[in-house]
Parts: sequence; structure tokens; C-alpha cells
Amino acid sequence: MDTIIELKDVSFDYHDERAHHILDHFNLTIQRGSFTVILGHNGSGKSTLAKLFNGLYKPSAGQVLVDGMATDDEQYQLEIKRRVGLVFQNPDNQLVSSVVEEDVAFGPENLGLEPQETRQRVDEALKIVGMYEKRFSAPHNLSGGQKQRIAIAGILAMKPECIVLDEPTAMLDPVGRREVLSAITRLNREYGITILLITHFMEEAEPADRVLVLNNGVVTADATPSDLFSEIDLLREAGLTVPQTTLILDKLRQNGIPAAKGVISVDACVDEVYRLLHANPS
Amino acid sequence: MLNDLTFGQYFPANSLIHRLDPRLKFVLLVFCLVLFLFFNNNYYTLGLCVVFVFLVLLLSKIPLKMYLKNMKIILPVLLFTAVLNMLYVKTGRVLLNWWIFEITSDGLNRALFFSLRVVLLILISATLTYTVTPNDLSEALERLLSPLRFVGLGSAVHVLSMMMTIALRFIPILVEETGKIMNAQKSRGADLESGGLTARIKALVPILIPLFVLSIRRSYDLAEAMECRCYNGGKGRKRMKQMTLHRRDYLSLLAVLLFSAVLIYLFYTSKGLV
Amino acid sequence: MSILSVNHVCYTYSPNTPFVTTAVKDVSFSVNKGEIFGIIGHTGSGKSTLLQLLNGLLKPTSGQILLNGTDIWEKPKEIRKIRSHIGLVFQYPEYQLFEETVLADISFGPKNMGLNEEQAKEAALRAAETMGVQEELLNQSPFDLSGGEKRRVAIAGVMAMEPEIIVFDEPTAGLDPIGRETVLSALMQYRADHNATVILVSHSMEDMALICDHIMVMNSGENVMLDTVPGIFRQAERLSEIGLAVPYVTSVLLGLKKKGLPVSTDCFTVDEAVHELLRLAGKEADHA
Repeated sequence: MDTIIELKDVSFDYHDERAHHILDHFNLTIQRGSFTVILGHNGSGKSTLAKLFNGLYKPSAGQVLVDGMATDDEQYQLEIKRRVGLVFQNPDNQLVSSVVEEDVAFGPENLGLEPQETRQRVDEALKIVGMYEKRFSAPHNLSGGQKQRIAIAGILAMKPECIVLDEPTAMLDPVGRREVLSAITRLNREYGITILLITHFMEEAEPADRVLVLNNGVVTADATPSDLFSEIDLLREAGLTVPQTTLILDKLRQNGIPAAKGVISVDACVDEVYRLLHANPS
Repeated sequence: MLNDLTFGQYFPANSLIHRLDPRLKFVLLVFCLVLFLFFNNNYYTLGLCVVFVFLVLLLSKIPLKMYLKNMKIILPVLLFTAVLNMLYVKTGRVLLNWWIFEITSDGLNRALFFSLRVVLLILISATLTYTVTPNDLSEALERLLSPLRFVGLGSAVHVLSMMMTIALRFIPILVEETGKIMNAQKSRGADLESGGLTARIKALVPILIPLFVLSIRRSYDLAEAMECRCYNGGKGRKRMKQMTLHRRDYLSLLAVLLFSAVLIYLFYTSKGLV
Repeated sequence: MSILSVNHVCYTYSPNTPFVTTAVKDVSFSVNKGEIFGIIGHTGSGKSTLLQLLNGLLKPTSGQILLNGTDIWEKPKEIRKIRSHIGLVFQYPEYQLFEETVLADISFGPKNMGLNEEQAKEAALRAAETMGVQEELLNQSPFDLSGGEKRRVAIAGVMAMEPEIIVFDEPTAGLDPIGRETVLSALMQYRADHNATVILVSHSMEDMALICDHIMVMNSGENVMLDTVPGIFRQAERLSEIGLAVPYVTSVLLGLKKKGLPVSTDCFTVDEAVHELLRLAGKEADHA
């Protein structure tokens, strides 16, 4: 696998009275085609990081490279934003048009694509996120999960290499969260798009192949989901809640039952407990 | 209900009028308004205009009830001015003389032409708003104004149309948000319904400030989101929906031109009544 | 004794128009003094309309809402007073902040109730303390606070009216785990301090299982289930039919039962589940 995004010695601070560094000499490499989840509580610097990835924010020091192009180089601005798409938390604040398909077309239109090419991309993107039937609707009449999937389609229509999502499910109900999460997972598995998902919902780390924990601008853990979820104390320290499934197995272990570490999903937890109890029926 | 005011105009249907090019529809509308007002002063022209509008309404496949709904609001005003017209004009043949009221043929004609012209204008304008989505309308305007780019106003036209697009997207959100904030302050005991004028204006502060803060926040977010979607102030932007004129557009244009030719002929050959 | 009873309440939006929709259909329930009463249901199930009815922001199309046995709409002109007895914290309440300082904003409610400057300030200070709003924030502009702080200030703004019943619509939506915990524990604190009754709407079945006494399930405007926590979450199938879930722990136990283990599925918190699994493994919990 090759590198798509590289942060080299990046520092960042807002130029105001809160002159502390949000990020200080930060280094990170993201592989093409990977699914990375960045976990952290509010104020851990994760939203800043998201905006650094596609050059929306420029580093105060150091370099952010997207396919070797520096984000603070003026000539690459558009190309970097096309390659690295950004989806935000509030779906209402990122849709431009009052007709779904026209909104999805906004990106390709800005890229100056031929109308029939744009049309084809819009239809394809809407089909991938399962919103094709709603193409003539007004976003205003759709649910939060549907709006967020349209926002994803809007990025998808630019044929990005990588999509960064900044807490895309924070404002959604459980149904909406599931819809959005499964769309994201599919983009990675079936279409090979690099995913960077920023969240504070631990369960959402499950489909990832790499999880980073961010605390006060510092990566305190960088592991696979199952390895990370073995470190319950570390998660708590970073202000994150541990999934109930992981907790059950942890407490069983404390009581002398050799339960596996790092289990997250309900199914995996059921299998593990079944294995433990079935091997040793009372 | 505020929603219906701002958004209830477009009425989806599959009709010839719906399918016409929005730019053409807009130009034809303006053309028809001029005809109805300035080339319509006798019973022949009036009859022709009424028949023409009636045909357009039928072709739009929109229930007549929808058009009538539109008329209901304006009806009292219309009746009032018609009556005033009738009583004010004293020239012409006296038709009725009762107590202090005197109705003359000229007065009656004035009232008739005035009311029917307004009704025709409203009906034909409603056909436009019922059959063109607000988005298409804003796009049609952008394209109609696009020759302005030759005098260096191209980006101004683009900005205007982008503003319209965004406004259309955010008006319903703003309406909803205002309702939510009003409810939240009411449940904190705010009294929005009683008191004098100053009290009521003061009571608006807890609603307007959050609304402003929220809208400013929203516009920052939207600007960032647009930047992330490669928006560059409209440079090099190419729209997905290209507007091209079809055979039906040319035929409609021909029909309207024919109508106007007959109308103008009748206008100049018959004696004007008003 | 029930402090609040809702009798056959219906609410219809835009009656006599083509847009007529009945958001709340013949809903009845009662809430006991001092309990935590949960309401669950997916988006559009009529929950939000119901909360606005409880707070007197909407008037039932039919049916009654009784507070301590009196219809809240008995004197329509005094409906504003009801809002100081039944407080309502909206979803994302931080959008209601508007005053120049945090303290002034929290005092807005008490002042509207007719308290004088001094009393309002005292009530505001009490509420700020309950919500863990630090003293140094009180003179700052609410717009300079972090998201979590704004949320706590906004909730304090309703608590300062010291209502007997306080209704929360998704008080933890969009907060990170630390924020969620702070808000939930402050809510429990308020109940303890004021002997208050809490009505809570949340999508987190885990939170609901942990703190509620009774839960009502709403679906397309109707009250479809009303029971104690075990009574509700025992009916996993019925919940999933209407698109709702049971707590994760319960799903795990249900999965085990499906595989044929003789496990009790009456567990809704981690500790209960661990206890049950240890029983099954023939062990007593170390800390039990």
C-alpha cells in the first residue's frame, strides 16, 4: 500500500487569544485504501485535524502532503480538495441546493465537467448511497440520515481518493447512524475509497482497520480496533466510553474467566461467551 | 403555514407548460403581460385574451381550484376598486341612476377591463410559478442575464443566482429554527403575546439574537463546505442541466406570436372602450 | 401518587386543511411523583409534539393533561405559569442562549416567573451549581463557551425556574461521553435536591435502562407500550418491529439464548449481565 496523506511535523494554532497549540509537531501517515477511525473527546483537536487533511486549514508549521502535493501550495488547492473530500457534522449546513440531484451536482459542476459526465456521476453517487429514488426531493423534507448520505454523495460525485468525515453521525438518531455508517463502510470495502472517520462513538470503530486515539492534540494510541479495545483503561483516560460488550468480557476476565480481549460487536461477544460457557458447562 | 407561503408555489405535473424551457416561459410571460395591459381595450381583444389564458390554464394540467385559491386573496380588493371605478367615471351613456349613484357605460367598461386585466395577469403569472421550480427560475434568470458578462457583470450575475439558490435552500430551515427558538424561550416563561409595542419589540430580542448567531455560524459552515466541494467563485463552473430549446418551445413561441399578431390587429381595427 | 396524568390526549396539526396530520393519537399515561419516566420512539413518532403538549406550548385537540389533578388548560390565560411547574429542556437547548452573560441568561426564566433581581440570581446560582457551571464562567458571554458548557448553561436556564417536573428531550445528543455523563448525573442531582419528577426522551437504550423507572414507547403517535424497564426490554421482538433496539447487554444475552444456553435475558445493565453469566458458569461474582 502507498501513502495518500502525510502530516510532517505539523503544528497548528488559531491566531487568537487562545494562542496555545492545538497540534504540536504532529506526524501521521495514512495509507491508500485504508479505513482509519480517529477517536477523541470534544476539544481533543480532531476537527482541526480533519480540516488540515484537505487544506481547508493550513499548518502553522510543517507540511501536509496529499499524494505528494503540499496543501499550502496555491496551485494544488482545487486538486487536493477534489482528492480529499470532507463531510461535516451538521448535514443542514453543507447542502447548497434545494433539490437533491442539483446539490450532488454542485461539486462536479465546479470542476467544470461536461454536463453528461456530471449527470452520470450524480446518478451513480446517489445510487451508491441509496438515495437515487429521492433525487428530486428537497433536502428539507428528508431525515438527518438521508441528508447526510446526500452530503456524502456530493463528495463522491467528485470521484475522490479519500473521504474525511468529521463526526458525521453525532446529530443523527440510531437509524440514521446505521444508514450512514453502512454507506461509509461500503465505500471503503467495495469502492476502495480511503476513509478517515472522526467520531466519539466507540462502536463506530469496529469496521476500521486502524484506530487512533487523540487526546489534547497527541495520538495516545494507534492500533487495530481489537487491540485497542483491550486497553480499557487507556480509553477511559482519553474520555471515551467503552462498549458494553467489551465491558462484559472484561468483567468476566476479572472473575477468572479467560474471555478474549478486544471484542466489540454484539455477534462477536455472543460467540465468545458461548465458546467460554459451552467449553465449560456447569 | 409560513412554509406554504414561501414554498407552496410549484405544482408538479406532467404537462406541455411544465416542460417548456423556463427561460422561454419567463420571456413569454413578460410579453403576455405587456399585451394584456397595452393592447387590450375592446371586447374582441378582451375575449381573445380570456380564451388564450383559459387555454394555457388547461394545458398546464393544474386543477383550476389551485388558480382559484390564488384569486381568493385578491378578490375583495378587486371588487372594491371595480365598484369605485364604476361610480367614479361619469362619462358615457347613463345606464342606471339611483339615489346618489349613477352608473355609466364608460364606468362599467372601466371596471370590467380593469378587473379582468388584473385577473388575467394573476392567472398567467401563476402559471409560471406553478410550473417552474424556484431553482429553475433562478437559473433561468441567471442565463437570461448572462449577456451582462460582456459588460463585465458576469460574476455579479453568478453571485446573484448563487444567493438565490442558497436562499431557497435556507428559508425553510430559518422558518423552522425561528419556531424552535420561540418555543424554547416561551417555555422559559417569555411572554411574546401581550404588552404594548415596546414590550413586544423587547420580547423579540431573545429570539433574534440566537437566530443571528445561528445564521452566522451556519454561513461559516456553508462557506467551508462549499470550498470543500471545489467552489471557486463560479470560475470554470459548468451546469449539469443545460437548457436547450426543443421543438415544443419553438412551436409555443410561434403560437404566442400568432396570438399577439391577431390581438394587435384587433386592437388597431376596433374602437377602444377605455 | 401520580403528579401528572395524561388522559386520551390527541393533537392534530393543520386541522381542516389537506395537510392535516395527527401527531399524537389518544395517548394516556401517568407519572408518579419523584420517578424518572422515559419515553422512547424513533424520529417522527410524536414524542416532540407530546413534550410540547406537556409544557403547554400546544393545546390538545382533545383530552386532558392533569397536573396534581388540575387541567393545565383550566385557565388558558395562565398557561405561562404551568411552564414554571413543568419545565421543558429542548433538544440542542444551547441555541436558546442570548444574554450578555451566562448568569443573566440563566436568570431569564426565573425573572419571567416574576422573581425579583436578587431571588432570580439566587435561583440561577443554585441551578448553575447543579449543572456544574464553574463560577468563573458566570460573567462570560455564553457564546464564548465550549459546546458542552453551553449545553449545561442552557439546561441550568430551565432548572433555575425550579419546576416540579422537568422534561428533557435528548439532553445528551451530540455530546461526547464525558459531556453525556455530566449531564445525566446533574439531572439525577436536580431530582434529588428538589424531590422532582423527571421525564426523559433518549435514543440511548443503555442510558434508559440504567436510570428510568417506567418507559413508554411511542410509535406513529400512539402509546404502544408502557411498562417498567424489564417489562419493556423483555419484548425485544416487538421493539425491533417498530425499529427500536434493546440495550447491547440484552442483545448479547438474547443471542446466547438463541444458541441454546439456559440464560435469563432479564438483564439490562452490564453488572446484571455479568452476574447472570457468572451464575451460568457456576461462579459467584467476586464483588457480589
